[in-house]
Amino acid sequence: MRRELPMLVAGLSGLIVLLGFFFENLLPWAFNWSKELTAWGTIVSAFAMGLAAANLILIHGKRLTFKNPNWYNSAALLLSMALMVYAGIFAGQKSYLWKLLFDNLMAPLGNAMFSLLIFFIASASFRAFRARNVEATILLIAGVLVLLGRAPVGEMISSYFPVGADWLMNVPNVAGNRAILIGAAVGTVATGLRLLLGIDRSYLGGE
Amino acid sequence: MAPGKLSSLILFLIVVIALLYQMNRAKGGKLPKLRRIAGLDAMEEGIGRATELGRPVFFTPGRAEINTAGAAQTFAALEILSYVGELTAKYNVELRTAIAAANVLPLAEEIVKQSYLKMGHPDKYKPEFVQFLSTDQFAYAAGSLNIMNREKVATAVMMGEFQAESMLLAEGAAQVGAISIAGTSRTFQIPFFIAACDYTLIGEELFAGGAYLSKNPDKLGTVAGQDIGKVLASLLILAGSLLATANVKVLVDLLKK
Repeated sequence: MRRELPMLVAGLSGLIVLLGFFFENLLPWAFNWSKELTAWGTIVSAFAMGLAAANLILIHGKRLTFKNPNWYNSAALLLSMALMVYAGIFAGQKSYLWKLLFDNLMAPLGNAMFSLLIFFIASASFRAFRARNVEATILLIAGVLVLLGRAPVGEMISSYFPVGADWLMNVPNVAGNRAILIGAAVGTVATGLRLLLGIDRSYLGGE
Repeated sequence: MAPGKLSSLILFLIVVIALLYQMNRAKGGKLPKLRRIAGLDAMEEGIGRATELGRPVFFTPGRAEINTAGAAQTFAALEILSYVGELTAKYNVELRTAIAAANVLPLAEEIVKQSYLKMGHPDKYKPEFVQFLSTDQFAYAAGSLNIMNREKVATAVMMGEFQAESMLLAEGAAQVGAISIAGTSRTFQIPFFIAACDYTLIGEELFAGGAYLSKNPDKLGTVAGQDIGKVLASLLILAGSLLATANVKVLVDLLKK
């Protein structure tokens, strides 16, 4: 029963949402229920935040208690978490404390991480664009062509570079992208069906 | 019925019937032959390497929550986590699963616990094997990079839906010398993974992962059923292109219904 009940709930919920999507006017009850179920999903997800917080406290509390290497990082995390919860719930999102933490700390830290991307892209490109086999050589040639086609210097050298870059981006690139999208869409239907029929029970800890 | 939904329903039903038919065939013993997928074959090699080096294996099922459009990718990633969990239990390797979506956490915990139980090592499971990091994109990326760097992971498996953090994770794994295996169906992130990872599962390969690794006949059947869906889509594209060239709009009008 521990497995059958969640599988039944998942299967029925999925079926109702599907019926609600396709037969909005024909089966208004299914449409209304599907809206209701979607809202329940959001509420259950909110509860999951509590579990996530408990997981953080458990793991980092343990590191702090046993003074594991770098325990001070765990202390900083727990302290920041407590401060953010206080600022968000008790001080309010219009308070000076919230603004200080969110606008002056969280946002710049996020931006700093995002800005790191350029260095990571440069180092990954350096490795990927080495012409060690046929595929990597094609990648290198296509990359250089698109780069020259998009940069003003390419057009200065030859007016064919922007045309070639546009062709690469609009024809082979779009064709490849669409093929991947079609495969992924059919794969999504197959995964959904496996879940609804209870064939994929990985979410219950089974096969 | 809203415009476009009737044709969607018909196509959906055809794909579902094809999937059910192939599942039935597979159950009857006619298993479809799957081509080799290097990224999935490399999984055992990667975990074997972690065993030899005595370093942990990093896994992340992406950032999509299970009640969003990216849920299918998350579930596909969780199927692969089940297999990775079994291998880490078998070889007694530490596992670090980084979670960004709160509602994926209880599922991932249960999956890893059950994997250890299935392999007969429930005592070796530790709560640290599955860690929630943050729902914030770059906090999650920073946390994952921290795990990779601090613990010098030997293998990094990144499956599911990713956004800009994909390159940070993939390159972070490369910088610590880990074997990196990634998979996503987000077309914007696939090039990043291909450029930075050792192995990449492209699009549908991610969804076939669970079937490929478990060899479950029902799941293998759905992979064969997917091919029928793809053939149908290809035929529609071909017919649509030919008819559009001849200025006949029958198919376009039908698909709008």
